[in-house]
Amino acid sequence: MSITVKNLRYIYNKEMPGETVALDDVSFEISDGSILGVIGHTGSGKSTLLQHLNGLLKPESGDVFIDDVCITDGKTELVEIRRRVGLVFQYPEYQLFEETVAKDVAFGPRNLGLDDEEIKRRVKHALEIVGLDYEDVKDNSPFEHSGGNKRKIAIAGVLAMEPKVLILDEPTAGLDPKAHREILAMVRRIHDSTGCIIIFVSHNMADIASMADKVIVLNAGRIVLEGTPAQVFSHGEELAAMGLDVPPAREMTDKLSRLIPGFTSEALSITQAADDIRNFISSDK
Amino acid sequence: MIRDITLGQYYPGSSPIHRLDARVKITATMLYIVELFVVNNFAGFLIAGIALFTVIGLSRVPLKFIFRGLSAVFIIIFFTLILNIFLTDGRVLWHWKFITITYEGLTRAVFMAVRLIMLIIGSSLLTLTTKPIELTDGLEKLMSPLSKIGVPSHEIALMMTIALRFIPTLMEETDKIIKAQQARGADFESGNIIQRAKSLIPILIPLFISSFRIAQELALAMEARCYHGGSGRTRMNEIHFHKGDAVAAVILVLFLTLIIASRRMGMPAIQ
Repeated sequence: MSITVKNLRYIYNKEMPGETVALDDVSFEISDGSILGVIGHTGSGKSTLLQHLNGLLKPESGDVFIDDVCITDGKTELVEIRRRVGLVFQYPEYQLFEETVAKDVAFGPRNLGLDDEEIKRRVKHALEIVGLDYEDVKDNSPFEHSGGNKRKIAIAGVLAMEPKVLILDEPTAGLDPKAHREILAMVRRIHDSTGCIIIFVSHNMADIASMADKVIVLNAGRIVLEGTPAQVFSHGEELAAMGLDVPPAREMTDKLSRLIPGFTSEALSITQAADDIRNFISSDK
Repeated sequence: MIRDITLGQYYPGSSPIHRLDARVKITATMLYIVELFVVNNFAGFLIAGIALFTVIGLSRVPLKFIFRGLSAVFIIIFFTLILNIFLTDGRVLWHWKFITITYEGLTRAVFMAVRLIMLIIGSSLLTLTTKPIELTDGLEKLMSPLSKIGVPSHEIALMMTIALRFIPTLMEETDKIIKAQQARGADFESGNIIQRAKSLIPILIPLFISSFRIAQELALAMEARCYHGGSGRTRMNEIHFHKGDAVAAVILVLFLTLIIASRRMGMPAIQ
């Protein structure tokens, strides 16, 4: 399983007042089982890019390949694409609509035309992966749950379609620290148990650094930086110029290395930073 | 798809039409609509048409943009055309089995279609060239004499402002929900009419919930900023009647006279 994006270009409000190029010559590749982090300030084209990956938007030019299947040539069945690529939007809890949690999660699989037995199995499985107890929640109204749980239910609704690629657009936005941690743990769990490709958009650089194998940075519709988290976050000043950031741990070690001659660190997490500082102190003695 | 509706949209610009006082534009549009029903022959439609296209020209709103709004009401126009052609009695032009086309039917159909098209273009021109806020301010001013007899003109204007302000927000919201459900494999385009109506439920329920949420947040935000109704409220931008507005008013009166005069021109009349 792999995704290849080639020279994608998209224009909003074409031939209307306020025409803007939202994506310009965007190309990248993701291979099997990896987690791709996408960062960029608001309006940099992240959401537009994600919507191209499951055929919700059609590009002006350029192609998207899922494995060898081109999903932008207009020939591929949209249901086929959506079976492979699951997209969880920002604030997905606003898309809940059914009377019970089980019915809501079953909406996706039902649209795929699966039989009742299979739907039930998937609903149960999806709810368990997101960390909810099927028997406990299945007959509740989704609206009586907390914000964090609503979001888990909504994510389960996409997971139940068993996609090969799971796209999460700011899955932790607006959650309290506990729900935030739970969602991150859930993404890990999904990745470990299904082995699918995960594309993860976030404004939280620490989350990106800890989750992603590879990071792309979008600015004004173009990919400006690309590489491992360590590579991308070594461009602190460029990121700051784009209204982005490095993880807090890195921010601290960068400041330290400016203040203390001889100290260098490429830490992306607090524990790594602590190790680097400890090593520096013990070697200094 | 949902973005194709231009009815009620604003096209930014600084043309003479854009700069006109909203009160003049509202009055002109209302008179224009009445006039379209006063007109009873082709001469009148010609005058009304020339007037309309002059205003479009002056407003510098691209024609394509204006006509895009028509596509949304095309079906209504089409049915008006068909019903009028086949269901009007009169001199028979063409007859086949149970289908009869009469001279009167044909002219009436064309008249109605032209009337509807001009009506829609005329009224969308108002919203295309007037900012929603100016529009409702203008309406409030126009209605203010009525508040003496108990018409809540400020409240009506405020309701309209809010409604207009939230059209794009709700459209965006709808767009988001449609996409989210499409990503879950929802299909809104195939199936018979009952299946299609059912497929709207996953859109409508989240949309209702969102609307209530937005309404509640708006009410709180207004109260937090001490909104207390219309009395004693001042505004940041007072609207003023300029020289250009006076010129427009005079032209409007002339146009009105011309239209009424056109009824007496020797052309095929209907009704």
